[in-house]
Amino acid sequence: MKRVGVVDYDAGNLTSVKTALKFLEAEYIVSSRTEELDETELLIFPGVGEARTAMQNLRSRGLDHFIRDYFQSGRQMLGICLGSQIVLSKSEEHRTECLDIVPGTARRFSRTSGLKVPHMGWNQVYPLRTSALFNDIPAGTSFYFVHSYYPDPKTETAILASAEYGITFTSALQLDNLHAVQFHPEKSGKWGLKLLQNFLNF
Amino acid sequence: MLQKRVIVCLDVKDGKTTKGVRFKGNVEVGDPVEMAEEYYRQGVDELVFYDITASHERRGIMLDVVRRVAEKIFIPFAVGGGIASLEDIRAVILAGAEKVSVNSQAVKNPEIIRQGAELFGNQCVVLGMDAARDAGMPSGYRVYINGGRTSTKLDALEWAQQAVELGAGEVVVNSIDADGTREGYEIPLTRLLSTSLEVPVVASGGAGSSRHLIEVLSEGKADAALIASMVHIQGYTINGIKSDLSKAGIPVRID
Repeated sequence: MKRVGVVDYDAGNLTSVKTALKFLEAEYIVSSRTEELDETELLIFPGVGEARTAMQNLRSRGLDHFIRDYFQSGRQMLGICLGSQIVLSKSEEHRTECLDIVPGTARRFSRTSGLKVPHMGWNQVYPLRTSALFNDIPAGTSFYFVHSYYPDPKTETAILASAEYGITFTSALQLDNLHAVQFHPEKSGKWGLKLLQNFLNF
Repeated sequence: MLQKRVIVCLDVKDGKTTKGVRFKGNVEVGDPVEMAEEYYRQGVDELVFYDITASHERRGIMLDVVRRVAEKIFIPFAVGGGIASLEDIRAVILAGAEKVSVNSQAVKNPEIIRQGAELFGNQCVVLGMDAARDAGMPSGYRVYINGGRTSTKLDALEWAQQAVELGAGEVVVNSIDADGTREGYEIPLTRLLSTSLEVPVVASGGAGSSRHLIEVLSEGKADAALIASMVHIQGYTINGIKSDLSKAGIPVRID
């Protein structure tokens, strides 16, 4: 099985990602050191919280350049939750400049529709095309979400899956060897574990 | 679309799950980790572990239970009861819980909500609130603490609004009048909070049949319904309840 690096940049709690990888018997390390993370074949960058702080934390550790380089190296990587927003060009959250791997913007859900923000709970995810990440996962399967901003990639080809919350928004995106999901596979029961297993099989 | 959540609450006393009526006469019913695994298999959306002895006996938090649950259950779960400091919050979250539920201690020290939200995000801090009917209060409901034994001067709606401003990402409203009766949730209280607050509201107290969940998730406008004795004692299954909800047109997660 391939060695997985989990990027630790003080953006929320990594316990659930670690326990899920342990449950799947993955060989993984959790680190904020680029030289350690560079020895892996798969990269996961989770994250909850706020985009500006997350970007500051990445920059102060040199992890912003590292994640871009990892992408350029062609190795498979998976962003989770905030990780699906910071790969974009920018976020509306404090007008933050992000990693700019995928052209696009993280936008805030509007409260005007009467919907509660954050969008919290289980919502159905619909892949727009076949993908190894969603292998054997039925369309419309529910995953656990908790977020106030959502990824809005510039090009439609980057949209891997959508979900509905007042609007249709991007719940998963893909650009070449980069996959990112707005939901939390590590908190989404058996189908979430299946998605993580699919990634480990890349 | 976003689905309505069914949440099972496990009241834990001395490491065992209990379910009491009107907070008294608790009956031991099982091992919390085994029960959590069973409800996970049945498709529960979320779990809450509530240490019911903590607030008055000042027991430590059941971190061992939390760790064992986190290794086996891959859905969000919250831990409440006796969460009195930022250190308590940190310990519970790092042990693998997704959320902490603050109740009596937040009334005594509202800053704990802000501190917890700043450290781990609003989604991690849940306000648990015990409320009982009181015609003398502006919203018609008064807040109680210490497991429903001590009344406060707080109005239920005003306190919930204050907690959300401080950073609570969700509110669980437990009706003392309805709790343990199995006669249905306190619909007006739930609807009042759910339509007034911008965060999700979880209804708690009074569930005795699937019909009660249907009522509180439609008429009561709740985002989630919390149950306990229905599954611990009465013999309902999560799949069975969700099937009833689905037939009634309530969107629920069925794998």
